[in-house]
Amino acid sequence: MGVIYLLISISLIIAIGFLIAFIQAVRSGQYEDSYTPPVRILFEDTPNEAIHKNKPMNKS
Amino acid sequence: MKKTNCYHCGNECKVANAVVFDQKHFCCNGCKTVFKILHANNLNGYYTFEQAPGKIPEEISGQYDYLDSAHIAKKLLDFDSDTTSIVTLNIPHIHCSSCIWILENLHKLNKNIRAAQVNFPKKTVRIVFDKEIISLKEIVLLLHSIGYDPYIRLENTETKKSESTDKSLIYKIGIAGFAFGNIMFLSFPEYLEADEFWLNQYKPFFRWIAFFLAVPVLLYSAQEYLFSAYKGLKHRIANIDIPISLGILVLFFRSAYEIVSGNGQGYLDSFTGLLFFLLLGKLFQQRTYAFLSFERDYKSYFPIAVTRIKNKKEEAVQIYDLVKGDRILVRNQELIPIDGILINGEGILDYSFITGESKPVEKKSGDKIFSGGKQLGNALEIKVLKPVLQSYLTQLWSNAIFQKDKTKSFQNITDQISQYFTYIILSIALLSGCYWYFTDPKISITAISSVLIIACPCALALSAPFTLGNILRIFGKHKFYLKNANVIEKMAKINALVFDKTGTITSSQKQKITYHGEPLSVHEKKGIKSVLRNSNHPLSRALYDSMRNIETSTVKNFTEITGSGIQGTFQNLTFRIGAAKFASTSSKNNFLETAVYININRKSKGKFIFKNSYRKGIIPMFQILKTNFKLTILSGDNPGEKSYLEQVLPNNCSLLFYQKPQDKLNYIKKKQKRKEKIMMIGDGLNDAGALAQSDVGIAVSENVNVFSPACDGIIDAHVLKKLPELLKISRRAIHIIKASFLLSFLYNIVGLYFATTGQLSPVIAAILMPLSSISVVVFVTLTTNFTARNLIKVKDDNYHLKTNDSKILSLD
Repeated sequence: MGVIYLLISISLIIAIGFLIAFIQAVRSGQYEDSYTPPVRILFEDTPNEAIHKNKPMNKS
Repeated sequence: MKKTNCYHCGNECKVANAVVFDQKHFCCNGCKTVFKILHANNLNGYYTFEQAPGKIPEEISGQYDYLDSAHIAKKLLDFDSDTTSIVTLNIPHIHCSSCIWILENLHKLNKNIRAAQVNFPKKTVRIVFDKEIISLKEIVLLLHSIGYDPYIRLENTETKKSESTDKSLIYKIGIAGFAFGNIMFLSFPEYLEADEFWLNQYKPFFRWIAFFLAVPVLLYSAQEYLFSAYKGLKHRIANIDIPISLGILVLFFRSAYEIVSGNGQGYLDSFTGLLFFLLLGKLFQQRTYAFLSFERDYKSYFPIAVTRIKNKKEEAVQIYDLVKGDRILVRNQELIPIDGILINGEGILDYSFITGESKPVEKKSGDKIFSGGKQLGNALEIKVLKPVLQSYLTQLWSNAIFQKDKTKSFQNITDQISQYFTYIILSIALLSGCYWYFTDPKISITAISSVLIIACPCALALSAPFTLGNILRIFGKHKFYLKNANVIEKMAKINALVFDKTGTITSSQKQKITYHGEPLSVHEKKGIKSVLRNSNHPLSRALYDSMRNIETSTVKNFTEITGSGIQGTFQNLTFRIGAAKFASTSSKNNFLETAVYININRKSKGKFIFKNSYRKGIIPMFQILKTNFKLTILSGDNPGEKSYLEQVLPNNCSLLFYQKPQDKLNYIKKKQKRKEKIMMIGDGLNDAGALAQSDVGIAVSENVNVFSPACDGIIDAHVLKKLPELLKISRRAIHIIKASFLLSFLYNIVGLYFATTGQLSPVIAAILMPLSSISVVVFVTLTTNFTARNLIKVKDDNYHLKTNDSKILSLD
């Protein structure tokens, strides 16, 4: 029966771990700007290549 | 002719300036240059995310020279060390994903910039660079060259408030929620009341864990309520936090007693749940608009530095360092921060920041100039009469009203109710205690504490935040942005409305131009337009733009006479266009109107009169408002339009003209002494005093991204006509809050039945408390949405005016 003590302790430790993770996440400021990062992730590294294929550019 | 739009900025390409480059059309050379820069650096991606995302770069030279001064530049930096500097610049033009992309690729344009990161809602970019290799000025000029001019003003140099304002509420909710969930999970077995060996063995263990989880909730999450209640008691102000704190403390200590003595499991799940819901209500009531500021004063408008001429040399100097007698140089598009005398140059000053009047004022050398004007022509030389802090404009801010915190003197509806509530609860607790003391003394303490627990006004405290928070969001959707929820309560009490005229009820962008005099032939009109084309005077430009579908051709002998007008020959006709004394033969002159006189071949023909046009729907709005409110119009202008206004506005609307900023403030003060609750609606800095003094100050803005003076709320100019509906909604909101109070009292009565009879078990508390809170929240949310939908019809043609604005709204 002593296993209950062990399981409850482990579950609490995990829960506290998540609480700390939550506080850290808030503190790091990642909820302050929720718009820019989702836009940023969609940028390709070199988007010009795509255009070069479609519209040939006259080098000036 | 087929219309082509600029590849860079999307404006229509007019024939005169259009350029074709790389098979793409540009409206002007500026746009082409930006394209060339980006193209040369392989940054064509800018045009792939959004069509025509750019802005025509302004041609300004020397505007950022003050950044050369290390002293000034240093004040702008967030962080500064030998090798790394970080600066955060506000760029109003940020509006789409292309903007994010180009700004975050700044390091490709200039390798010395290490990194750049955009915060889209705040419209800022954070740039990391090495000041040894690249100066702040070079970065700003680089941004300028691609059309992203940073907005650098005096306020940027002030000590920065910590950016991350207050996250503690989030932490508190996190901890309360964490404890709530875990305690509920631990106390659940006991609710089943199974008296079996297994459960009895672990009871103390579960209880003690619950107790330790609840301690941080009392010490940290509940802090605010306890402090506020303490303050309330100290100053003898009954607020809602007193009964809440009483409930919190009784809940915790009775539970602690039960756990320590081993009598029962206590009410710790109710305790943590209560705080979790209360704090959620607080969070919901906060509605912040990252792209708006309600606290602006002249510092948001004034530049950091100006050019001083000393010993015939130009130097950048901070505006606070200017003293009487200094000579300063004000270039095109620069703002005059002082009161002074014009020494040299032709002043065409735009005071729209101050008065809302977009028509520029002309000044000749020797004229006195007030601070706040923006020069629209060539450079001016001005002698300082009064330094920045003593100028005509900034003096307004020395008024005590700007130091007063409006929120402190205000008692909100929840606090008003709770005064009575506290006494009633205490007397019920005492009565039931007395009753039980004589019948069964063992239960008396239990009964008293049960009453205090169950009467803890959780639902009561939640109804106002959720109602007002929801209204705040609904208003925000209709482009009416309020500073906080208290403003809605204040709006509900308004009985007088005061309007500014220019820029508030008139549109500052649209002017009505009418012609009076002998009719003009098509040929003459052609001539007028051709002559006007050569002039850069704002009135000429406005008149030129208003004459559509008329062709132009070359003009001979064109001359511009400062302060008088323009002259030119078109085919066989000689034109004189300008002021009355220059182009009109009649001596009659009306100073109350803005007019451009036309003279052809030395014969006076007539005049074009410029009139502000009133906003659409404004006049009907006054007719609706007249029944419920006292109306006043305060104008800083001359009474030129008095007779017209008297004709169209309701009779009980008073009109006052020639009002200086201080006069406006005093007028509001005088009315408030007569117990009137005033809403001031204004736009310019000259209304700032009146906005601060009034009970509710609302700033009208044509474009909410542009800066408006300190106020309680900002309303988009297009929805100003819905003001009667908005006021009605805020009144209804108060009714809804009162109705929800009744609902929460009902729950309290049910709870009190259990409490006074001494049978409040933890299960009943655990069911009743969340149930009452949730049902109150659902009730107010549904009713507010319903009322708002009925009153404001979303189907409005003007609703989706600018793609720009709707983009910002979608971020909410």
